[in-house]
Amino acid sequence: MIRPTGRDSLLVIVPAFNEEGAIGDVVRSIHTYVKGVPVLVLDDCSGDGTVGIARQAGAEVLTLPHHLGLGGCVQAGYKLAHELGFRYVIRVDGDGQHDARDIPRVYDMLKTSGCEMVIGSRFAEVNGSSTSFVRSIGIRFFRMVLRPILGKPVHDPTSGFVGVNHRALEVFSRSFPLEYPEIEALVVLQRRRFRFEEVPCKMRPRTTGRSSITAKKSLYYIAHVLLGVFVNVLKYDGRTRNQTGG
Amino acid sequence: MERLLNVTTVLSILMLIMVLFSVRRAHIRVEYSVSWLLAALVMLILSRARPGLEYITRHAGIPDTPLTLFLIAGSLFVIMFFRFSVIISNLRDDNIALAQRVAILEYHLRSHTQESTTHEV
Repeated sequence: MIRPTGRDSLLVIVPAFNEEGAIGDVVRSIHTYVKGVPVLVLDDCSGDGTVGIARQAGAEVLTLPHHLGLGGCVQAGYKLAHELGFRYVIRVDGDGQHDARDIPRVYDMLKTSGCEMVIGSRFAEVNGSSTSFVRSIGIRFFRMVLRPILGKPVHDPTSGFVGVNHRALEVFSRSFPLEYPEIEALVVLQRRRFRFEEVPCKMRPRTTGRSSITAKKSLYYIAHVLLGVFVNVLKYDGRTRNQTGG
Repeated sequence: MERLLNVTTVLSILMLIMVLFSVRRAHIRVEYSVSWLLAALVMLILSRARPGLEYITRHAGIPDTPLTLFLIAGSLFVIMFFRFSVIISNLRDDNIALAQRVAILEYHLRSHTQESTTHEV
């Protein structure tokens, strides 16, 4: 069983759905570059050998009884980490696109900056990471939308490489966006006056499996996330007005 | 107009019977049948109370009495669909929370079983 060790206990969570081709290498590379840190694979009811391969590679596995989607799956990990008393949690995708060598940088930034969230950003500096044309347009669009809401620029709002501290963990274990959570999560944190930082990281091209956001789903993604952002802004603005008696 | 009202009456009665049978067979729960029964009753009453329907048509400025009937029926069903969307959303939230709790409890159970096996060995 995973247990927090020390004052700055860290847990790495890896959401995975049918990632038997990549999950073994992901877990092994985390163990190689971040020694002594427990790895929890969050299996979103995969139909392939993801669970077995993750366990063989040395990870603990939280298996969901049915498919919840990315947000529900990640939140289950946050809930367990919060209940076990971990101080920091870093999320790495199970498709092998994130480089485990970047985890220590995200962890260090979490500890030294005191920020509630640190994003591993592909675009914080030029590092050779690339993304598809449609996706890059989406990222530019959301950068523009989020700039006035967050009060500062965010280079990579759709990054799944995210570290949070115990304060954000407490919030996310209670309330976390269920579909396409990355952008909405930023707004949820900002409305609570939490801070975030970005750390440059590399992203490798996917070698196995398929992205859940296909070209067809892109429009739905944009509409869904925009609505989620809008609702979160209204929700927390309303709450703030009520608290101040306005 | 009379034919339309008769058709509406028959449909309303059919709906009432269908909902009551479904409740009896436990296909839908009593609390969720109330909305359907109410909607069917309203349609039944309106279809048998032509003066009432014409009164609404005149006062609402609707050009046609059948249109009034369809507007009322449409509004009733939109309200019901909205109500069921709220119920489904709540059920989905509960379902996700339960699935997460089951996963966490299973994780703890598995860990304790493994630990006790290790201690026994």
